[in-house]
Amino acid sequence: MATLKLDGLKKSFGDTKVIHGIDIDIAEGEFIVIVGPSGCGKSTLLRMVAGLETVTSGEIQINGVRVNDLEPMDRNIAMVFQNYALYPHMNVFDNMAYGLKIAKTPKPEIAERVQTAAKLLQLEDFLQRRPRELSGGQRQRVAMGRAIVRRPAVFLFDEPLSNLDAKLRVQMRLEIRELQRSLGVTALYVTHDQVEAMTLADRMIVMNDGVADQIGAPLDVYKNPATTFVAGFIGSPATNFFGTDEVTVNRNKALMSAFSDAERAVLEKPATMIGVRPEHLQVCEPHDAYLTLSVNYSEALGAETLIHGKLPMGTAITIRQNGHLPLPEGGQELGAVWSENSVMVFDQNGKRV
Amino acid sequence: MPRANESGMVRKRGVGYWLTHLGLIIGVLFIFFPIWLAFVASTVSQQEIVRPPMPLWPGDQFIENYTAALFSGVNVPVAKMLLNSLIMALGIALGKIVISLLSAFAIVYFNFPGRRFFFWMIFLTLMLPVEVRIVPTFQVIANFGMLNSYSGLIFPLIASATATFLFRQYFMTVPDELAEAARVDGARPMQFFWHILLPMSRTNIAALFVILFIYGWNQYLWPLLITTDPEMNTIVMGIRQMFPSGDDVADWPVIMATSILAMIPPIIVVISMQKLFIRGLVDSEK
Ligand SMILES: Nc1ncnc2c1ncn2[C@@H]1O[C@H](COP(=O)(O)OP(=O)(O)O)[C@@H](O)[C@H]1O
Ligand SMILES: [Mg+2]
Repeated sequence: MATLKLDGLKKSFGDTKVIHGIDIDIAEGEFIVIVGPSGCGKSTLLRMVAGLETVTSGEIQINGVRVNDLEPMDRNIAMVFQNYALYPHMNVFDNMAYGLKIAKTPKPEIAERVQTAAKLLQLEDFLQRRPRELSGGQRQRVAMGRAIVRRPAVFLFDEPLSNLDAKLRVQMRLEIRELQRSLGVTALYVTHDQVEAMTLADRMIVMNDGVADQIGAPLDVYKNPATTFVAGFIGSPATNFFGTDEVTVNRNKALMSAFSDAERAVLEKPATMIGVRPEHLQVCEPHDAYLTLSVNYSEALGAETLIHGKLPMGTAITIRQNGHLPLPEGGQELGAVWSENSVMVFDQNGKRV
Repeated sequence: MPRANESGMVRKRGVGYWLTHLGLIIGVLFIFFPIWLAFVASTVSQQEIVRPPMPLWPGDQFIENYTAALFSGVNVPVAKMLLNSLIMALGIALGKIVISLLSAFAIVYFNFPGRRFFFWMIFLTLMLPVEVRIVPTFQVIANFGMLNSYSGLIFPLIASATATFLFRQYFMTVPDELAEAARVDGARPMQFFWHILLPMSRTNIAALFVILFIYGWNQYLWPLLITTDPEMNTIVMGIRQMFPSGDDVADWPVIMATSILAMIPPIIVVISMQKLFIRGLVDSEK
């Protein structure tokens, strides 16, 4: 158990800057998820904390001690890799015990620790098997077991569930969360999957091209995204963005009622964007509407329906509505309003106003 | 109708099957025939060999001829030559494997200055077979006083660019994550090598050992050059030394017995290792 602090952390590969300065203070036992699209530098950030990648500038502290120049094994961390990275020629027991053997832990203690971890992960019956004789979920558990037996201060996960099928992923997600809670270990978890991020995180770091666009609790990030990138990345289907020129009917009412003074001040500037989540739009009578869209097609998903359409200036828009409401046809013209307090305004730099 | 067709196909396949086997059997007999003749010649007396027609079935001199070959030979007992060959072949095969494993490990996993340079240096030696560098190598070995010694037989042949390449290629297919996992587990580079890389390479090592053992066993020119003492003769060159110069009569039964004996160790290696690497392939990892 430990605190983890990243202070102005930067990374370049040669001339290519990959991480542009990350600051975060992580409390003991906190579960932090780093989420972002592929190639944004999540793994690089995690690997710097692990000690597998050198730090270009800035500082990493574990329990208040600077660890920039320590070897991975001296940092008191354990890592679960995307492809599990199990030693193929060793059985499950030896895979979990390897780190302890290297650390010259006494044999009885190794056996005891591995047994405890195996019990926790329901791997007791598989200790003598080789990794290739295990299913994906079991391999994943072995990789977790290898991390647990070392009793690290910080758990690092790099997309640990991305090789599992959808159902198993949900199950393992819960198991990881429970395990981390019961062990009380600080965890840093990388994923590109926003559902994983939302469900696992105490706080999440939304990364965009090497920059932490926003750090916060999942629901705060959902409710108050700091940038267009975060608003677009968190939440599914993605947030709708359109210019003020798309608001054609009841324009004054729309623009006056729904926005704060500060927001209204930037509304008339060029390149200002309005963002509304699909779930905050409702179909309504055309004369009450703020937006008019022509429907391209509707997706009926049962519990809900997604209506995809185009605004007058050609911006694509999605509305998410309850599944029992009537299904609009392609080509139909619809009016839509947004609910009170659900619109967001972003300035020309994509920053929330 | 379809049924008739099917049975026709089966019958056709049946004929092909037997024809294939017949072809294979003929091929095997064809290749095996000279070896059979050598074996027959090693079990009859000198008179029976020189008097035509040549015998096609084994005679009754098996024990006499093989005892003569093993324990007295022509110049030196064949047992001694077999031992020399065994030491040389094992030395070359194991030495090549150890050196190439280590150099491949260095080239793939360490980012040392001049890595590319050394890589290309090793690559260059591929273009220099023993025959090309034989005179300078002989000079060096002679200056070191290694003529007529096991080290002289082994060391000049012990570096192998080919094996280094094979291991390099194999190591590059080992996922980086594995090395990183070992590093997080606290393994030092050589511990990673011993505990993880080496056991994972065992099927490659077995296959390479077979090839290199036979390569070493069959060395002819180099032992011929540097061993003048019959006590240091290897079996492959020793057979040649058994042919008399001038008008002396060749002792064919003993020479043939020696040839048969010379074939046995490589056969043992191939067969025993074949089991090992078939097992390795069946439970191959990844
Ligand atoms: N060893 C490396 N050398 C050069 N560039 C790298 C290296 N590792 C990663 N990168 C670059 O850094 C960026 C971020 O990579 P990564 O952290 O793996 O992204 P993510 O895990 O978010 O998908 C990518 O553009 C990638 O090409
Ligand atoms: Mg990644």
